[in-house]
Amino acid sequence: MAALICEVVYRGIFQKNLAARITRGIVLSARKSGRWGIAFGRYGDSPQRNGIPAKDFAIVADTKEELEQNMARYEPKHVDVTIAVDDTLSKGVESWAWYGLQPINRLTVPNGTLLMTSLQSFDSLLKDIHKKDAPYKLALLRAKASFSGLWVYREDHTEVRILGALARIAPAFLTLDGVCAAIREIEWGSDLKVESAKKAHERLETREVRMSEGNAEIPYSFEMPKWWEMREGVTIPAIPVGKPKESGKGYVPERNPYFKKFTTRTMRPVIDFDTCVKCTLCWIQCPDSCFDVMPDGTYDANMEACCGCGVCEAVCPVENCITMVNESVFDDNASQWEMWRKDKGAYKTWMTSKIGDKNATVRSHGFRFRGQYEKELETNLDAGGVEITACIPGENSQHKTV
Amino acid sequence: MAVVTPAAPTAHEDDKELLISGSEAVAEALTLADLDVVTAYPIRPYDTVMQAIAKKISGGQLVAEYIVAEGEHSQFEIVKHASTVGARVFCGSSGVGWMYAMECLVVTPPLRVPMVALVGNRALDDPGAFGVEHNDALVVRDVGWLLCWIDTSQEALDTTLIAYRVAEDRRVFLPLAISADGAFLTHSQALTMVPPKSKVDQFLPRYNRGDLLLHPDNPITVAPQANEDWVIEIRRQNNEAMARAVGVIEEAYADFRRVFGRGPENPWFEEYMTDDAEVILVGMGTISLPIKVAIREMRAKGRKVGLVRLRWFRPFPTEKLVAALSKASALGIIDRDYSFGSPFGSGVVANEIRAALYNADRRPPLMSFICGLGGREVTLEDVYKATELCYAAAKAGKSDPKTHWLGVRE
Repeated sequence: MAALICEVVYRGIFQKNLAARITRGIVLSARKSGRWGIAFGRYGDSPQRNGIPAKDFAIVADTKEELEQNMARYEPKHVDVTIAVDDTLSKGVESWAWYGLQPINRLTVPNGTLLMTSLQSFDSLLKDIHKKDAPYKLALLRAKASFSGLWVYREDHTEVRILGALARIAPAFLTLDGVCAAIREIEWGSDLKVESAKKAHERLETREVRMSEGNAEIPYSFEMPKWWEMREGVTIPAIPVGKPKESGKGYVPERNPYFKKFTTRTMRPVIDFDTCVKCTLCWIQCPDSCFDVMPDGTYDANMEACCGCGVCEAVCPVENCITMVNESVFDDNASQWEMWRKDKGAYKTWMTSKIGDKNATVRSHGFRFRGQYEKELETNLDAGGVEITACIPGENSQHKTV
Repeated sequence: MAVVTPAAPTAHEDDKELLISGSEAVAEALTLADLDVVTAYPIRPYDTVMQAIAKKISGGQLVAEYIVAEGEHSQFEIVKHASTVGARVFCGSSGVGWMYAMECLVVTPPLRVPMVALVGNRALDDPGAFGVEHNDALVVRDVGWLLCWIDTSQEALDTTLIAYRVAEDRRVFLPLAISADGAFLTHSQALTMVPPKSKVDQFLPRYNRGDLLLHPDNPITVAPQANEDWVIEIRRQNNEAMARAVGVIEEAYADFRRVFGRGPENPWFEEYMTDDAEVILVGMGTISLPIKVAIREMRAKGRKVGLVRLRWFRPFPTEKLVAALSKASALGIIDRDYSFGSPFGSGVVANEIRAALYNADRRPPLMSFICGLGGREVTLEDVYKATELCYAAAKAGKSDPKTHWLGVRE
């Protein structure tokens, strides 16, 4: 009697189809060795919003009864394998107001596995991944985050590489032969994908993580009110009006105290305050009202509220004044403006290093030019890395270069 | 045995007597209650109310916003929003018009909006028909609406005043629908005592939405998206408000009697000749009239029959009703509604009473009848037939589980 429980923590919309393929692939692969299984999503994070973390699960078991035993709850409370196909999720997960920050390895059982796709080193990832009160394994497939849209799917073989890796992590449930057979039969499978799964099986890198390792930050949490403590009428206090920043200048809006958007981002804006023309466009267009107005009239993106959508970068009329940079290269959520005010020279050096990092400024979602997908696929299949190109997405792509 | 005539409403010196329909009586009450916002969209028979209110406004007796909506959905949405900013509101509809407003009807209780609505009961389409059936109002019986049925123009006026007192009580804050049988009540004019405004002011305080008021000085968000972590708590709050309404309704009727010098001791149901009754018939609304007449005829022939006319359906007066009914030798529940595929194929009221009696120490045999659908006349013969079937059940000492349809061609 045994069962294997897997969760896929994914970025809403961008990885919705990918996560569903992985969990479906797990069940179909295990079926090849006679296991029972179920693949399912829980929409506690619904409505899925771009980039907001969500989860899919797969459970496979020796018997139907054991499967039911593990399914008889809203969602699993612990998992044998946690899968994340975007390494910025290593900073933790906050799907919704009042959820608090949930470490990516929160549900992983002692000696279980956290399987990620990443180009970062183990040590770099462990700076972000929270400490756990039990040892576990960190397994890495060398690949960047695989993002697509609501209606499109990026055929970069991520799903089969994860399945190949799982055949190494849990061979008792998913044999490599079973995985390969399932991939051949599945509607999105192919011989080429079977080869990718085999390569991933070979190339998986795994490292033990000790209890002493990881980010020591205590994740913030909120206690949910009882029914009699809640205001009646589906009514909540509005977010209060904000305040001037200092000496009556600037403006900092109040924000939802129960929802920090630190972990909702895959990218964040880096701002050049010296070239800002104070046009207000970023401040007005930001869908999350993340910009604080500084006393000098510039705008500081507050990381507590930034979702990383990139609208500010798109509307900014000044070249390289706002640049979206991958979340993985930042160690904290400190104010950029305060850093700039304190030491303009040091800020310039810091900013230049961030926006000059071509690996970190490639868009993790959306395409910047036609044919980018085909090009990346070609490179990805073998190397696990891509050429860096930056451009405005869509028809005008030839007009912008970096 | 002496024939008992229903007591006429008690007149007081400062009351004025008018010959008005149930709908007009509601409009009189709304004028006395100093209504703020009313929305209208015509459908028979509710439209008689909107016409009566329009006349009150055009005649200068009532100052209120009168908004003609483009359909029932908007009609109910508009008053819902007006109520959240502190307006005393009124609305209403009939039959499928009420159904068209369904989305707004279900969101009103969780938002704790004390909307008062008049449902001029009408058969649901199809076929398009104007006559009374209770299925329209009963559709919201599970979602947090307070529901009552009235019988006379006087009761229409009095209940409308009581409705605001109950719905707008901070302990309740739930919408309230007053059901009036189409034609029999909405279109029948009867002598009605209209009290002076001074008395109404003693009885009905101003609507105070308190911390739920949508106002710039009280910044709140109403109805944000929530998921499974919140919904059951919100339902629990609603359930509590419905439970608290029981005490609030009893308080309101007691205060009504104190201020106006009339009104029933028992808010929940009217008991007619039940003291010594062997068979008790149960019904809602104007069906009481043929039943009462039939009861008097039967009593003259020695049949001890009584009537319980249920006023309040939500909250359902379970304990009081069980106490009143369980003493009989047999019960006959006459539904002016249907519930296809329900237990025993019975109407809604019959099955509610069956459920209420389940834990009773004494459960009389219960007969279920469906009668008067689509506004068909409920005849004295129908009532005699129902009564005889009840006596047969009493004699047999057990219920006949079959539901009997009365007055249907067969």
